[in-house]
Amino acid sequence: MKLNSKIPEGPIAEKWTKHKFNMKLVNPANKRKYDIIVVGSGLAGASAAASFAELGYNVKCFCFQDSPRRAHSIAAQGGINAAKNYQNDGDSVYRLFYDTIKGGDYRSREANVYRLAEVSSSIIDQCVAQGVPFAREYGGLLDNRSFGGAQVSRTFYARGQTGQQLLLGAYSALSRQVANGKVKMYTRTEMLDVVLIDDKARGIVARNLITGEIESHSAHAVVLATGGYGNVFFLSTNAMGSNCTAAWRAHKKGALFGNPCFTQIHPTCIPVSGDHQSKLTLMSESLRNDGRVWVPKVARPKLTAREATKIPNDERDYFLERKYPSFGNLVPRDVASRNAKMACDEGKGVGATGLAVFLDFADAIKRDGKEVIAAKYGNLFDMYEQITGDNPYEMPMMIYPAVHYTMGGLWVDYNLMTTIPGLYAIGEANFSDHGANRLGASALMQGLADGYFVIPYTIGDYLATMPYEKISTDHEAFKEVEANVKAKINQLLNIKGKRTVDDFHKALGKIMWEYCGMSRNEDGLKLAKGKIQELKKEFWQDVKVMGSQDELNMSLEKANRVADFIELGELMVDDALHRSESCGGHFREESQTPEGEAKRKDDEFSFVSAWEFKGEDQPELLQKEELAFENVKLTQRSYK
Amino acid sequence: MNLTLKVWRQKNSADKGGFETYQVSNISPDMSFLEMFDVLNEQLVNSDQDPIHFDHDCREGICGMCSLYINGKPHGPKDAITTCQLHMRSFSDGDTIVVEPWRAKAFPVVKDLVVDRTAFDRIIQAGGYVSINTGGVPDANEIPISKEVANEAMDAATCIGCGACVAACKNASAMLFVSAKVSQLAVLPQGQVERKSRVENMVATMDAEGFGACTNTGACEAVCPKEISITNIARMNREYFQAKISSKKI
Ligand SMILES: Cc1cc2nc3c(=O)[nH]c(=O)nc-3n(C[C@H](O)[C@H](O)[C@H](O)COP(=O)(O)OP(=O)(O)OC[C@H]3O[C@@H](n4cnc5c(N)ncnc54)[C@H](O)[C@@H]3O)c2cc1C
Ligand code: FES
Repeated sequence: MKLNSKIPEGPIAEKWTKHKFNMKLVNPANKRKYDIIVVGSGLAGASAAASFAELGYNVKCFCFQDSPRRAHSIAAQGGINAAKNYQNDGDSVYRLFYDTIKGGDYRSREANVYRLAEVSSSIIDQCVAQGVPFAREYGGLLDNRSFGGAQVSRTFYARGQTGQQLLLGAYSALSRQVANGKVKMYTRTEMLDVVLIDDKARGIVARNLITGEIESHSAHAVVLATGGYGNVFFLSTNAMGSNCTAAWRAHKKGALFGNPCFTQIHPTCIPVSGDHQSKLTLMSESLRNDGRVWVPKVARPKLTAREATKIPNDERDYFLERKYPSFGNLVPRDVASRNAKMACDEGKGVGATGLAVFLDFADAIKRDGKEVIAAKYGNLFDMYEQITGDNPYEMPMMIYPAVHYTMGGLWVDYNLMTTIPGLYAIGEANFSDHGANRLGASALMQGLADGYFVIPYTIGDYLATMPYEKISTDHEAFKEVEANVKAKINQLLNIKGKRTVDDFHKALGKIMWEYCGMSRNEDGLKLAKGKIQELKKEFWQDVKVMGSQDELNMSLEKANRVADFIELGELMVDDALHRSESCGGHFREESQTPEGEAKRKDDEFSFVSAWEFKGEDQPELLQKEELAFENVKLTQRSYK
Repeated sequence: MNLTLKVWRQKNSADKGGFETYQVSNISPDMSFLEMFDVLNEQLVNSDQDPIHFDHDCREGICGMCSLYINGKPHGPKDAITTCQLHMRSFSDGDTIVVEPWRAKAFPVVKDLVVDRTAFDRIIQAGGYVSINTGGVPDANEIPISKEVANEAMDAATCIGCGACVAACKNASAMLFVSAKVSQLAVLPQGQVERKSRVENMVATMDAEGFGACTNTGACEAVCPKEISITNIARMNREYFQAKISSKKI
């Protein structure tokens, strides 16, 4: 397979405009002759489905929750970036483009990122017109904050619930089209495979989660907006149901998977409290503006937060301030995370598990007063107390890094099409815009850019070449996929082994976190590969799934997902092994500067790794998309 | 902690359903309520029984999926949180905890503790939006909105659509949910054009879905995890009255 990224010719600032002009159009009267399937109703899926329907296409939209409003996007807190330059502080499309390329540690495609920055302004206009209640200044205009180390204020927010408000905006647009009869919504329905006819994506096979029925749906194009795969690690900040099944099964049908090992680990999460832990809670990055990160200079096993208040200053190691005097506690996410891990690896971790560091507000409270701190972080402090039982006004918080976002995903070209014609991937499900590290407040921007302002154009270019004829779901290709999906479900139900699905998922998570988490090396990765292969074998011999196929059966749903996570986990390890450089969130211990910082190898690794599935239990084939940097000069990041 | 759980089990919507009693032991006070249920479910599967089905996704109080009626109260004993935010330190060793699904005619039980809340989606489809298409809208700062109005809209917009208000109400009324959306769009300039048709259509759908009438008992506000105020209901009543007197529909 030959990769073609289809980047338009011309200067970067003109590519998208020219491309929009050059693309084929579907006549307004003919749009109703085309059917589009959108899998996913998060920011990317809901915005795409609504926009397609407004243009006149017939849309079927799917989600596994009971309502499209509950997609994982709802949980995003901090905000959404846009190059509006409302603050007159020197922001521009170019600056947002530049920051995103640099933040991604030079492993993303310039043309896509520039387009993202270019359409970012329209997103804010759209959301405001929908009635999204963004924060305002006294004069009535929109307020901004700076976020994730950016030197300009370009982040729009709605309290700590930006994702919720943006998603409800997209959901309202989607609901309007459901009422208009242009979108048919399938809730509690899970896509289990894509159907190819003449090598093009022509539909999906899905399971009705309530009745268990296996249903086929046919269309002229299929869009996957199914989110990220952070739950490979079992513990992450993702919603419990977030999974990789749609993307993974498309991968096995021929869609290449881009940069699977690029994972973002967020430094400020509430630490694991025990084996019962089911997910991790993120606390906004903004806490590092006033909180100081430390561990005791001499290891103090099981140190509690209350005892910590009695430790004098000269016995504390404020390790971020010590190592990075100019950025201090505000170093980027990957650097902060890795240093917390190093402190714990040295045995200086605190709390019952030793896997935590302190985030201390005592000095900030002394300096600014409790009220000022409460006004800034009150809701976060309350949330922390409610989960841990500790009061952060009186004692330091304990934090530890957690898996948060996956930059990798299905490989797509400039039109957001995967390597399967007619199959698109948008939002967190694709690999496209964040390189090896995503900047704060940029995932919401990308999801909505893809859904509102990119794919409604690019899909027309493809559909215009397609005949109107619909393919019946009686076609043998549908029947064959249905039979395979059913066979897999029966196999899972009939193993009747001894270990629960969660037990396998936790085991996988431990392997991934240990060897393919914040810091990776060749020996560890090789070991992990063997362990995952063993786990896979055991899963298919010993998993225990209760209940039957034809009812609401959440163990079966999980089993399907975990089976795919195990396979994706192995590919992540392969990818991490192959990329023997450090970049962004991917830290290879073999590739560091003398001071222990990440060291890129631009001569060897300036490319996107796109993996091609070659058959069950066969090694995947690596394809490379070379990255050309024509507008940005590559530099090594430094935060000293 | 050791606890006794009385949990509603129901195979499907046609089944009659009933309580089953389970024991769990060694429960840590640091666990969330749903993690305690995870432990119980592992226990059930290991002894060849069907796990208890319940809805959940984000587990941080924002998606609105979790929906347990715990000891006679939606989302359990603590105020202003969802079920997934409830921790076991709110209970004591030896407690008996009764867990049921939301109960309302418009929310039929699907299985065990899972109910069908799609009626809420249909109410939003009846008018919970501003009818604009993608593109061609004015610059965001061309619609100035005072901080107070933006805050008021935001207070209403934080509704997570969990349905606790319906579950708490003796009439199973959905007024708090509907009024939150109506209020958000009624106070914002963007919502003015469709102000009247919106409230009429949403209320008509709410009635058609089988939700009960509001008798102002305030139970909804008391259990709302997002503390949505009952003043939204008063606003909606005003909006509805004004829409009706000028309405062409009879
Ligand atoms: C706690 C948290 C805070 C965050 N805060 C921010 C922030 O402040 N700013 C920012 O920019 N980003 C933030 N992010 C990241 C951002 O929220 C996500 O990357 C983004 O919302 C993903 O949107 P999406 O539409 O791609 O996918 P999702 O919102 O994950 O939606 C996936 C959809 O696909 C459906 N689906 C999945 N698989 C299937 C299947 N097989 N069949 C049918 N349907 C399926 C689901 O039902 C769902 O509707 C945060 C993330 C987390 C976890
Ligand atoms: S699981 Fe999302 S609100 Fe409780």
